[in-house]
Amino acid sequence: MKTKNEIIKTLVTKRCGVIKPDSIEEFIGAGGYQAVVKAFSMQPEQIIGEVKASNLKGRGGAGFPTGIKMDAVLKAEGSPKYIICNADEGEPGNFKDKYLMENDPHQLLEGMIICAYAVGASHGYIYIRGEYGDSMTALEKAIADAKANGWLGANIKGSGFSFDVMVHSGAGSYVCGEEFALIESLEGKPGRPRNKPPYPTTAGFRDKPTMISNVETFSNIGIIVNGGGEAFKAIGTETSAGTRLISLSGNVKNPGVYEVPFGVTLADIVYGLGEGAPDGQKIKMVQLGGASGPIIPPELLDIRLDYKDLADEGISIGSGAVIVIDERFGMMEILERIMKFFCRESCGKCTPCREGNRQILNILNKFIACKASEEDIKNLTSICNVMCLTSFCGLGQAAPTAVLTTLKYFGGEYTGRLAAKS
Amino acid sequence: MIELTINNRKVSVPEGTTILDAAKKLGITIPTLCYFPNQKTKANCRVCVVEVDGYRTLQTACSTPVAPGMVVKTNSPKALEARKVNIELILANHDARCLECSRNLNCELQKVANQAGITDNPFESVLVMQDIDDSSPSIVRNPNKCIKCGRCIEVCRDVQGLNIIDDAGRSADMGVVPTFGKFLNDSNCVACGQCAVVCPVAAITEKDEIGVVWEALSDPSKRVVVQTAPAVRVALGEEFGMAPGTPVTGKMAASLRALGFDDIFDTNFTADLTIMEEGTEFLTRVKNALTGGKATLPMITSCSPGWINFVEINYPELLDHLSTCKSPHQMLGALIKTYYAKKINVKPEDMFVVSVMPCTAKKYEAKRPELSVDGIHPDVDAVLTTRELARMIKQAGIDFVNLPDEDFDNPLGLSTGAADIFGVTGGVMEAALRTVYEIVTGRELPFDGLHVKPIVGLEGIKEATIKIENPVADYAFLDGVEVKVAVASSTKNAKVLMDQIAAGTSPYHFIEIMGCLGGCITGGGQPRSADPDVRIKRLGGMYSVDEAKVLRKSHDNPYVKSIYEEYLGAPNGHLSHELLHTHYNKRGKA
Repeated sequence: MKTKNEIIKTLVTKRCGVIKPDSIEEFIGAGGYQAVVKAFSMQPEQIIGEVKASNLKGRGGAGFPTGIKMDAVLKAEGSPKYIICNADEGEPGNFKDKYLMENDPHQLLEGMIICAYAVGASHGYIYIRGEYGDSMTALEKAIADAKANGWLGANIKGSGFSFDVMVHSGAGSYVCGEEFALIESLEGKPGRPRNKPPYPTTAGFRDKPTMISNVETFSNIGIIVNGGGEAFKAIGTETSAGTRLISLSGNVKNPGVYEVPFGVTLADIVYGLGEGAPDGQKIKMVQLGGASGPIIPPELLDIRLDYKDLADEGISIGSGAVIVIDERFGMMEILERIMKFFCRESCGKCTPCREGNRQILNILNKFIACKASEEDIKNLTSICNVMCLTSFCGLGQAAPTAVLTTLKYFGGEYTGRLAAKS
Repeated sequence: MIELTINNRKVSVPEGTTILDAAKKLGITIPTLCYFPNQKTKANCRVCVVEVDGYRTLQTACSTPVAPGMVVKTNSPKALEARKVNIELILANHDARCLECSRNLNCELQKVANQAGITDNPFESVLVMQDIDDSSPSIVRNPNKCIKCGRCIEVCRDVQGLNIIDDAGRSADMGVVPTFGKFLNDSNCVACGQCAVVCPVAAITEKDEIGVVWEALSDPSKRVVVQTAPAVRVALGEEFGMAPGTPVTGKMAASLRALGFDDIFDTNFTADLTIMEEGTEFLTRVKNALTGGKATLPMITSCSPGWINFVEINYPELLDHLSTCKSPHQMLGALIKTYYAKKINVKPEDMFVVSVMPCTAKKYEAKRPELSVDGIHPDVDAVLTTRELARMIKQAGIDFVNLPDEDFDNPLGLSTGAADIFGVTGGVMEAALRTVYEIVTGRELPFDGLHVKPIVGLEGIKEATIKIENPVADYAFLDGVEVKVAVASSTKNAKVLMDQIAAGTSPYHFIEIMGCLGGCITGGGQPRSADPDVRIKRLGGMYSVDEAKVLRKSHDNPYVKSIYEEYLGAPNGHLSHELLHTHYNKRGKA
């Protein structure tokens, strides 16, 4: 068993808990904003080249290569261009963006300024989950201080480059974490996804080229600019570069936000950092990514945290949540809670998500009441598959993941609850 | 050109083509539900999903552009199963009592369900029955039928510029409702019925008046008189499988007689009469304006009741611009219950007037208390849409397609070509110019085929200038005057011209406005059509009816001349004002 220090690698969180987050002086004293100065000495293409070389992938969950996204925005025609930080963090079980915003808000601004400079954006928005009052306060203070110190606003530090950032509060909708629903919401419309293509990179906010990325993604940019893409790529595995922030919660002795390099195993996280289930309990299942993520049995925890390794098993860790569930809890009841969540949070736009979630819930209730039939297993599988295959956006595509993965890994829990044949 | 493979067959289509349209080129019709021609891609229903090599998820054919070398399977087991499940999910939240539905056998959901081979829905119904909103005299909203496709929202917002209905709520609570959940009749709805035309199911329909009409027809004490609007004759045939734009005037008259109506009259007659009244009103206003008197110009036509609702709600300060003419069917209703009742010696209260209209707003209009000659009996007792008439003809088992042509009854059934084109945008203006120009100059309108080219066609806003030269003595004051006219269709386009008037910048003397885009040919009561070219085809039909007539100018209608001689006196005279003109109400926004 590895020790905590062997598992953890602090890169993005290196200043967290070390500096006072509301002190721009301490941030600068700890090397903050140096990456902006360095970036201004580089050509936009060079910066994007470094990000590409770093192999940084979006930390929001989809894992799209950030450098390619930046390149697309740089090359897209249209003005002005926008930078949006997706800080909606609505996925249950995730709280790492909150941690970053409240412990090192300037690092996020630093990343956004660099990206804005690289893609040619003049305006930025940080769309923060409505429940995150402290994060908003932290960022509003950071923005004010950055402006007062010349790191935001017109002609930043005499570079000739101007960029401004605003905080925008979400209003409690989960789907607004979906990039286009977020953009719609930011435009003052109901939060519902848009057709793709066109993607936000060419027609995003107000139909202008927009780079929209997660808090953690932007927070990595300064590190890449400072240390270079190759050095960043050296961290982690061949297929996954850098570190991940893990939101560890549920039945573990030590829940919290941990930064680990790619390549550690899920067991390292659950047992090494979390120290396993409390009260001598046995771990029954672990949900990765959040409510929309897969539920796996403890036997699979030897998988490495790595995009490819996880994909090979058909699963994903999304935005880095690890939710541990011990044997005191019933799987069906957990699934019921998850599906109730999606029943509430579906935007209602497309058929499979609007209608599918509640049908899943109805069928789960039959299992809970031990009144289900073989036919229900078939119908459940069928709806889940169709939701994954045909839903308009990621919400509907991912909503049935917990059910689908439990059908795969915990089939006995279903067949054990079929109605007794008379 | 982009080459791709669909169901193992190669096809080349221009860049930007969707998979749906590319498949059509191969004769493959992928089932759709939210998709509607000439609307934006919504991709909400997820029925048109197809398998595309290289994609993890299925792709919606309506929204996915083709790409070079793309390999598409429209009928793979995966696509078929997904399509079926999505339709089943919709059905599980739909009041699927098809046999008791006005859209039975004419329903897009029913069609795709049948196509998908659904015989038994594995999903339990989750439908929570809601109240039906029948507050409007024109439109009924049945949320229990709604499948949330969004077509109605788009037509109301983007085509009509009204935004009366939108989706509200999330997830299972998502529904299409009027602003702030108001009843439709308490909203700013103008009753145009464009939502009802695009609805794939029976979630938005016209308020059905078939029952009261059958009742009247079976009442021996009633003299039941029917009249038909110009645009009905080029669209009714579609309900019986005929091509859009096919004129079916003779079959329509024959089927109305077969249904048992006592008199078959034509709203066209009073369209001609409208030209006499409105033309005279216009010339009076112009004369006043040019001779130092008080006159409100531009004058705006008043025959589209959706437009009248719109202007009363949105521009209550500008109502003086409206012609005071009642709409043609209200004029005819008034004449039937006075002039004609007297002629045939039937008491007005024993007359029952039915108007067959391409319009849902006409239902609202007929209920206006001011549209009654005696303040008790309405000018028009019931309004049927083109769709409702088709349903009645089907109910009566009439073989419409093979029916020999018959004529309207006289005297209120004769009309000129000028009346026919009331059914298309620009038609009323052209008809008015044919008459006004001749009154003023003593010469025929000097245009090829009497058509005022700049105002013919489907553009939303059109304008023309007519220079008056060598007028007759009575109109010498008009010599050299350039009369500027404009034509708008759809309330969205109307708004553009009204805002000019409100700002004092309108350059026009005379404006024609129709509430629906293209005019009555695509009114809210017309047959629903998936033909993207339906407007232009019906427009062609209207002009062909006009051109086929010997009499093409309203003032040439012999019965119009004689009704003035024997009954009304002069246009805009005392009796005309009493029977044929109305006033408007400053309603303002809800």
